[in-house]
Amino acid sequence: MANVEISLPLPVLPVGWAGEKDFKAVGQLNQANDRNIEPVGPHFLAYARRKRHKRTFSEDDRIQAQANVKSVEEEDPDDIDEPEDPLMLQREAKDWKSQDHYAVLGITRYRWRATDDQIKRAHRRKVLKHHPDKKAAAGGTEDDQFFKCIQKAHEVLSDPVRRRQFDSVDEGAEVEPPSKKETQKGNFYKLWGKVFEAEGRFSNNHPVPKLGNDKSTKEEVEHFYNFWYNFDSWRTFEYLDEDVPDDNENRDQKRHVERKNQAARRKKKTEDTARLRHVVDDALALDERIKKFRQAEHAQKNKRRLEKEAAQKREAEEAEKRKAEEAKAAAEKEAADKAAKADNKKAKEAAKNAAKKNKRVVRGAAKDANYFHGSGDAPAAQIERALNDVDLIISRIEHEELAALTAKLNDVKDAGKIKQIFQDETQRLVGAGKLAEGEVKSLA
Amino acid sequence: MSAPTDPAQRVAIGISFGNSYSAIAFTTSEGKAEVIANEDGDRQIPSALSYVEGEELHGGQAKGQFVRNARNTVAYFRDFLGQDFKAIDPSPCHQSAHPIQQEDGVAFRIRDTSEDRENTVSVVDITTRHLKRLRTSASDYLGKDVNAAVITVPTNFASAQKEALRKASAEAGIEVLQFISEPTAAVLAYDARPDAQLADKIVVVADLGGTRSDIAVVASRGGIYTILATLHDYEVSGFKLDQVLMDHFAKEFLKKHKSVGDPRENERSLAKLKLECEAVKKALSIGSTANFSVESLVGGVDFTASINRTRYDLLGNKLFAAFARLVTHAVEKANLDTLDISEIILAGGNSHTPKVASVVRSAFTESTAVLAPSTSPTAINPSELSVRGAAIQASLIQEFELEDIEQSTHPMVTVTPHLSTAVGVLCISGDDSSGVFHAIIDAETPLPVRRTAIVATPREGGDVLVKLAEGSRHIKVTKPEPKSRTEAGGTADDSDEDDSEDEEEEELREKTWKVGQALSEAAIRGVKKGAKIEVQINIGADLSINAVIRELGAKGGIRGIVQGHKVNGSS
Repeated sequence: MANVEISLPLPVLPVGWAGEKDFKAVGQLNQANDRNIEPVGPHFLAYARRKRHKRTFSEDDRIQAQANVKSVEEEDPDDIDEPEDPLMLQREAKDWKSQDHYAVLGITRYRWRATDDQIKRAHRRKVLKHHPDKKAAAGGTEDDQFFKCIQKAHEVLSDPVRRRQFDSVDEGAEVEPPSKKETQKGNFYKLWGKVFEAEGRFSNNHPVPKLGNDKSTKEEVEHFYNFWYNFDSWRTFEYLDEDVPDDNENRDQKRHVERKNQAARRKKKTEDTARLRHVVDDALALDERIKKFRQAEHAQKNKRRLEKEAAQKREAEEAEKRKAEEAKAAAEKEAADKAAKADNKKAKEAAKNAAKKNKRVVRGAAKDANYFHGSGDAPAAQIERALNDVDLIISRIEHEELAALTAKLNDVKDAGKIKQIFQDETQRLVGAGKLAEGEVKSLA
Repeated sequence: MSAPTDPAQRVAIGISFGNSYSAIAFTTSEGKAEVIANEDGDRQIPSALSYVEGEELHGGQAKGQFVRNARNTVAYFRDFLGQDFKAIDPSPCHQSAHPIQQEDGVAFRIRDTSEDRENTVSVVDITTRHLKRLRTSASDYLGKDVNAAVITVPTNFASAQKEALRKASAEAGIEVLQFISEPTAAVLAYDARPDAQLADKIVVVADLGGTRSDIAVVASRGGIYTILATLHDYEVSGFKLDQVLMDHFAKEFLKKHKSVGDPRENERSLAKLKLECEAVKKALSIGSTANFSVESLVGGVDFTASINRTRYDLLGNKLFAAFARLVTHAVEKANLDTLDISEIILAGGNSHTPKVASVVRSAFTESTAVLAPSTSPTAINPSELSVRGAAIQASLIQEFELEDIEQSTHPMVTVTPHLSTAVGVLCISGDDSSGVFHAIIDAETPLPVRRTAIVATPREGGDVLVKLAEGSRHIKVTKPEPKSRTEAGGTADDSDEDDSEDEEEEELREKTWKVGQALSEAAIRGVKKGAKIEVQINIGADLSINAVIRELGAKGGIRGIVQGHKVNGSS
């Protein structure tokens, strides 16, 4: 907010004006109006911040200024100087191959993760500190050995090819895989995660999968181990080469050393691949997740088998049950048939007996009716005729009808009535077409 | 998609969703708002959707369907959102799909699939489809999936309407970070320009839109905006201007081809007439003449005519005058005088019309700057004002958590005491009657506030009195100065000058201050010759004044406190 510029002069202080500390409050402001301000714009954001945190203008200015300063500082955490090992400072520059370049530049906390910018800045910092001119000015010796070490370190690390060669054999970055005992005691994921993270720096393929944790899915774990079993590494061992003599005189010697170096590199590479494979094998053997997945798979398979077996058993039981039921039903039916047959036979016999009895009654009735001969003894011919006729009736009549006839004839002693019954019967049989008219002559 | 997104992964844009046109904008890494053109190259995208055999047309393409496929074209639906069917005004939809009643709001019956069947589509769904298309356009342009937005709404948008819009946006995959009102967005768009100076001013935002006009009086105090009054009118609108032109051309047509019939009586002719009149209106904002040309207007008769700007100004004079009246009425409603207004921002598509700016210009004095394309070369395109403001606001808040934004926009934070009178210092004389009051903090400034003023001292130096007082603005109507009139014609170009000068000019003319209640007195002793005094005033929310007065460049100074109302112990 720009200041208000007022060009009109202030009044001169009246004579005799006095106030405590030269200030006097004489009035009060009128009551304010409450209004809604629009929550829009950068100045509102500042206002909201002040109001919500109950800050005054100057407090807010100060806090904001502090926040800004802090954020600038945090952006530059690389400028921390690592303590220097006094032994390292004693190093001779000619032994540069065995020096830890990262330690020389004071960036061991980054190592292979260090960006080019970080290396550049670290180098500059070290140069400023260890420049031989500075040492000489401070009255020290003209010892520039460590300065040369710094230059060498920078030379190696600033060249991507040479840096890779160094990183390949950088012992400081290596993480020893934990032993079986250590793994069992500690956290598998924490211990081995570090190992794989360190090994992952050699990978040509990115991203390198993380070890994960016990909640990782089967796919993730499988992908992880597949990746490591097919690991594509750029690790080389040129850095450990024996120095090739560069005198031109002994060419054979030179070639011999070169061949030796080549062989050594190949050997080391093979060894490294085998080592890595071993490490992955160890990790896989110790990985609880693999066991878990196997168990789960096993359980799944078992479950399927058990289910199948149970189903089969159930089916067999059902079949047996069905069979038993069928057999039972058959037996029952057979028994019933047998019983029915026996009953039938009995009934038939009974009917036969009844018929016999009935026939006897009917014949008896004919006899009681004096062979239908009126009064007086009946002649033999009449008797025979009457008996024949009765037999004829009996032979033509059904069992039930016979029974009915018998029932009619029972207890009837009167010859006329008996005759009448026989005549009715004959009439009925003739009507039913079982007898011919006039066939029964004795009853006519 | 409707779940709150992680602020770090937000891609936020500004959306201006109007009844007739919508616009989308984003803020570049340099903090400049840029309006995004859609696939058709339109920066002003008509808020219209049309369905042809299941295919969805949007924007300008949909607008073209007014003639052939009016019943399956939906437009002018923004104001229907979240409204009851009884409460809406369906007249703008006369030439497109008509709104119908649905159980909880408004819907349209359109054939939106390839099947030969009419579906009922609610206005929320229509809005969702519209916003989805806008989002796709923005995503295509930015190459990033847009998932959040600040949307501008009119000041009288009810919370139910906002809720409906929020729902529709969520359906479209847009998280609404904030709704901001259109006039505030327009003011913000102007204030966010890199060369803008932060000043205490009162701004009138006059939006002459397609279906309505909205006027808002906004107090801008150190970049904080307070709306003092609003006015809405549905009679004065771009539609009515179109209507005037339509009547004009229809009459012209009838003169020539009497037997063919009135183009206004045939639905398709009317649609053609309307589309062409809108184009003519736009052309007249740029050039002084425009051609009207429609093939087969009625009954296969082609019609061509031309119109010049003067004729158009004359035809629309009634509406222009009504618009100017609306603006002055809004100022009156805020209990202010036209002299209090330092800027008028003309917004809305119809503000391109030069006559609109000139009638508003003539209703105010020269001290008021009118920001419109025809009066100020630096004016921002009035159609893009609100969307630019929205984009700026989106860039400001996109990193905040939604909860944080909600808390900051809560009435607990936004309701603030505003000074009822100006506070300033007395110059020349310490006496109430003869001293000249000069305001340091204007009335309607939200509290707490801190302002600093540099005041001159008597030429000879010595001891001076700094007397703070309240002052009330007074309009001297007794002396109408004809001089200002002549000036008005001559210097048309000082519209963009900064405000302190404006205030001084005002004081010289008709705006004067009356000294009110004296607040405090302080003495600065032994001031050097030609030195200046810095007066810093802090006024707390409890109306307590904390004044720091010192000589510029000198050590020490005087601090004093005037107690506020809550502590009733001022001496």
